[in-house]
Amino acid sequence: METYQIYSLTSAILFIIGIGGIFMARHFIKKIIATVIMGGGVFLSFVSFAQRDAITFADPVPHALVITGIVVAVASAALALALARRIYQLTGEETFTNDK
Amino acid sequence: MIHLPSSPFPALLVGLPILMATLSLFFRPGGKAAVGLMGSILTAGLALIAFVEVTQRGTVIHILGGWEPPLGILLRMDSLAAVFIGMTAIVGVFISLYAWGYFRAQETSAEGLPLFWPLWLFLWAGLNGLFLSNDLFNLFVTIEVIGISAVSLAVLTGKTPALFAGLRYLLAAITGSMAYLFGVSLLYGSTGTLDLGLLGEVLEPGPTTSFSLLVITLGLMIKMAGFPFHFWLPPAHSSAPAPVSALLSALVVKGAFYILLRLWMEVFGVSLTYAAGQLIGLAGAIAVIWGSWQALIQTSFKLIVAHSSVAQLGYLLMVFPLLILAPGVSADSADWLSPAWTAGIYQVIAHAFAKASFFLSAGLIIMALGHDRIESLRDLVGNMRITALAIGIAGVSLIGLPPSGGFMAKWMLLKGIFLSGQWWWAPVVLMGSLLTAGYVFMLLRLAFAPAREMNTFRPVPKSLEIIALMLALGSFLIVFPADSLIQFLESSGVFGSGIESIIEGGVYGND
Amino acid sequence: METTSIMPLLILISSIIPGILILMLREHQVALRTFLNLSGAVAKVALIAWVFAGYMRGEEYNYYFRLAPDLSFALRVDQLGLLFATLSSVLWLVTTLYAIGYLEGGKHRRRFFAFFSLCVTASTGIALSGNVITFFIFYEFLTLSTYPLVVHRGTDDAVEAGRTYLWYTIGGGTLLFLGVVGLIVIAGPIYFGQTEIIASLASVNPTSLTLLFFLMLAGLAVKAAIFPLHGWLPVSMVAPAPVSALLHAVAVVKAGAFGIVRLVYDVYGIGVAEQMNLLTPLAVLAAFTIIYGSLRALFQDDFKKRLAYSTVSQLSYIALGVAIPGILSSTGAIVHLVHQGIMKITMFFAAGNVAETYGYKKISQLNGIGRRMPLTMGAFTIAVFGMIGLPPVAGFISKWYLGLGAAEAGSYWVILVLLISSALNAAYFLPIVYRAWFCEPDYEASKLRGTTRLETQALLLIPVVVTAIFSLAAGVFASAAGSPLSIAREIAERLYLYLL
Repeated sequence: METYQIYSLTSAILFIIGIGGIFMARHFIKKIIATVIMGGGVFLSFVSFAQRDAITFADPVPHALVITGIVVAVASAALALALARRIYQLTGEETFTNDK
Repeated sequence: MIHLPSSPFPALLVGLPILMATLSLFFRPGGKAAVGLMGSILTAGLALIAFVEVTQRGTVIHILGGWEPPLGILLRMDSLAAVFIGMTAIVGVFISLYAWGYFRAQETSAEGLPLFWPLWLFLWAGLNGLFLSNDLFNLFVTIEVIGISAVSLAVLTGKTPALFAGLRYLLAAITGSMAYLFGVSLLYGSTGTLDLGLLGEVLEPGPTTSFSLLVITLGLMIKMAGFPFHFWLPPAHSSAPAPVSALLSALVVKGAFYILLRLWMEVFGVSLTYAAGQLIGLAGAIAVIWGSWQALIQTSFKLIVAHSSVAQLGYLLMVFPLLILAPGVSADSADWLSPAWTAGIYQVIAHAFAKASFFLSAGLIIMALGHDRIESLRDLVGNMRITALAIGIAGVSLIGLPPSGGFMAKWMLLKGIFLSGQWWWAPVVLMGSLLTAGYVFMLLRLAFAPAREMNTFRPVPKSLEIIALMLALGSFLIVFPADSLIQFLESSGVFGSGIESIIEGGVYGND
Repeated sequence: METTSIMPLLILISSIIPGILILMLREHQVALRTFLNLSGAVAKVALIAWVFAGYMRGEEYNYYFRLAPDLSFALRVDQLGLLFATLSSVLWLVTTLYAIGYLEGGKHRRRFFAFFSLCVTASTGIALSGNVITFFIFYEFLTLSTYPLVVHRGTDDAVEAGRTYLWYTIGGGTLLFLGVVGLIVIAGPIYFGQTEIIASLASVNPTSLTLLFFLMLAGLAVKAAIFPLHGWLPVSMVAPAPVSALLHAVAVVKAGAFGIVRLVYDVYGIGVAEQMNLLTPLAVLAAFTIIYGSLRALFQDDFKKRLAYSTVSQLSYIALGVAIPGILSSTGAIVHLVHQGIMKITMFFAAGNVAETYGYKKISQLNGIGRRMPLTMGAFTIAVFGMIGLPPVAGFISKWYLGLGAAEAGSYWVILVLLISSALNAAYFLPIVYRAWFCEPDYEASKLRGTTRLETQALLLIPVVVTAIFSLAAGVFASAAGSPLSIAREIAERLYLYLL
């Protein structure tokens, strides 16, 4: 198995764990962490395509994309955390079960 | 791509709203609104000038900072982008004017409300950027900008239901974006390019392409609240302040549809199969029926309108199966594709005007009554006749009665349905119209009914009522330039290359 | 479509502009509103007269606007359209006068007159439509502009009736929509009169064309109140009298009947329709509706409801005439379009006068009313004679031609239907006439007097007398040039040119 294939496979597994977490976890923080894991999978997938064999140089584009992507993902996660915190402050709720 | 004429407008269309948004952050609440409104008007004016430029010069591009792709960013404004940008500008400037008056008239001014202006301008920049993007990654960035600003706008009031709805919306949006980005990474891995035009040429059918098509489509469907991912939309849209609800359902969800339309028509031509089209159409059909039915049984005005959005977005999904003929079937007439995507675009525009008008009217009703339970709409005609008229006119467009924009959309959709030989979608379209008529006339019936008890309608600013009415009228007026608009869209050949590959993908490449 | 003329557009504008302006006025600006309304109505009659004269000289008045590929807004003037447009505009003028008197002092009159104007715009639009799409646009516009009129009183009854009305008409509109789109996909944008298009497709695609015909027919039959789609009509009787008059005599039901005429004569063509066996079901349904409507009318005590069921019955004469091929029956169908309009509007005006002056809404209350309201009931009696088919009132002409046509086509059962229906007409109308003239009024009732010197207000009285004179004149001068009959005859003869 080539190195990039290991990365690709790992990225797919991370992505699936993330998706599963978003749907199955109940606690807000767990859901948010799940999105971060999902993002990790996606970024790893990009990186894994940067160099497919030992001869060619690494492709710089995926790195540029991943850096941008991480910035965006951090912003989203921060907003989600802020919302979750605010909800907790106002209602003490930590899950969607009793939303009104 | 590079030989296309260069123009500063694409960059300005993104840059100006960002600049004004940042500028407004330095001001006190009153100043924020002033700068924000000025920014909206300037951006709208700029968008209209840019629209005219495209009608005259054809597709124009702008390479940001002189850095050429793939590392640099190229913005491309073709006729499809111009139409969406123009629509955003017109609807956006009306909503801005309304918001100006609406937030001033609010009795209790929550401290967060003035933040509407910078957030809205960031959102606008994101939308313009989305329409102008020419590569898959840029689309991701812009749709994230849109998502984050939209969620922030939705929770602007800081009230608990809005926060819950906002968090749900945000989680759905992140999931959608990540699914989309995962598909993009696979496409990049297999082709080494992200440029839309280039991808359309080099993409080869295969399991990787099909899989990335699947995750990208699913991701975008989450973002545009396509069935069965519509769950986040009604609470988020109904708990936001009126101008925000209007923005969210008139403009924001259309962004994801725009990407989907572009990708299906320009990029994925080779790997589209009949079954994929039928599946997405089925999702749309269920959304039409389910959303309309849900709207019919709601008891609050904003929830009716929000569920109606789910249904109306379903019509957009029903455009996709019409682009792909069944294997072995050949169309009778050469121009069978044009009605289908025309229907999509008209549905987008008509819905934008009508739904914005609906939500703005909802805001006025809440302002007058303090709530929006529909039984209190009794004798609305006697108390707020302009608003009642706006609801009536916008409703007629939603139902799709002539000569509204909604009628044009349904007309084209039915034509596309018959021309592609997929007659089984026709009953769904008609059923959807009847259910829509059901909830629209339920509202109107109440509006005409005599008041049971003394309803106290507080006076609302007439100027705001007129803005809602103008948007409603807009959903009718858009029919008149239809002929030239369709020609404009066809002329630039946005769909030219894509259509050929779709024909091949649909008829021959079906495996 | 080479020459365009804005005349047909002006005809529409003459009522749509007053409508919009009235909506923007204030409730108390009565004089200005009345002025706008009447000047619009008069202008419309004048414009139509002008166009009619020009058309007779051989001029063409077409207006054409392309909305999208295959979707053109087209107004075209032809004889059939002009006949219907004249009927609408003249009766609109009369009804406007009547409504001004009837609603005096009522609430929401601004809204009423505004939508009244929009409604007549829709019905002249239907008359002047040049193609099926334009027809459909105005057909739906008519639904929307009449809804506020039906619920005008704002009572729970009215709102409920409005709901029934909408479900029927929107449902019908949806079927029509489907049919129209299908037709255009198969045959391209069809202008009225281009029957050769369908004729050329009839052998290629008979199943689809038959299906589309019945889809469109079902859509039109809702407004034409053909059984079993007539249910909205009696219910929407809660509307004020001028609305009932206009809905039942001219605008809505005639839009449906006129649509059927157009569909058979100007889209499919009578020859093709007969060949494809499309007409027999229509004839049977129409004949059944004629009898059914009359039977239901027999048992109504509510004055306006009896008139409503009578409308259901009378309208199907038009459909029946259309369904029997032949010059004579076509003449009968087309002329009944006009005759039924003027006779029925007379009846509704009369019923409105009685209700407005004495508050009587039941037939059992009408004893001796003729002595107190001789002009009103005299007009009503003329209309009754017409409906039954006694010469020389207009209705006789229609029935005579329908009967001759049926005999010519060898459909003797139709003559039987006509005879039964005439007997039933007599059975449900003559008792009203008898009560009005020959029964002694109740003691209390005989002391009631109108407040004015006339039997009721002049604005209520003039219209009913005028339309009664129309009904009589259309019968007496039927053979004169320019009478509805002679125009209908010319239209019918042109339809059968293909046989020569």
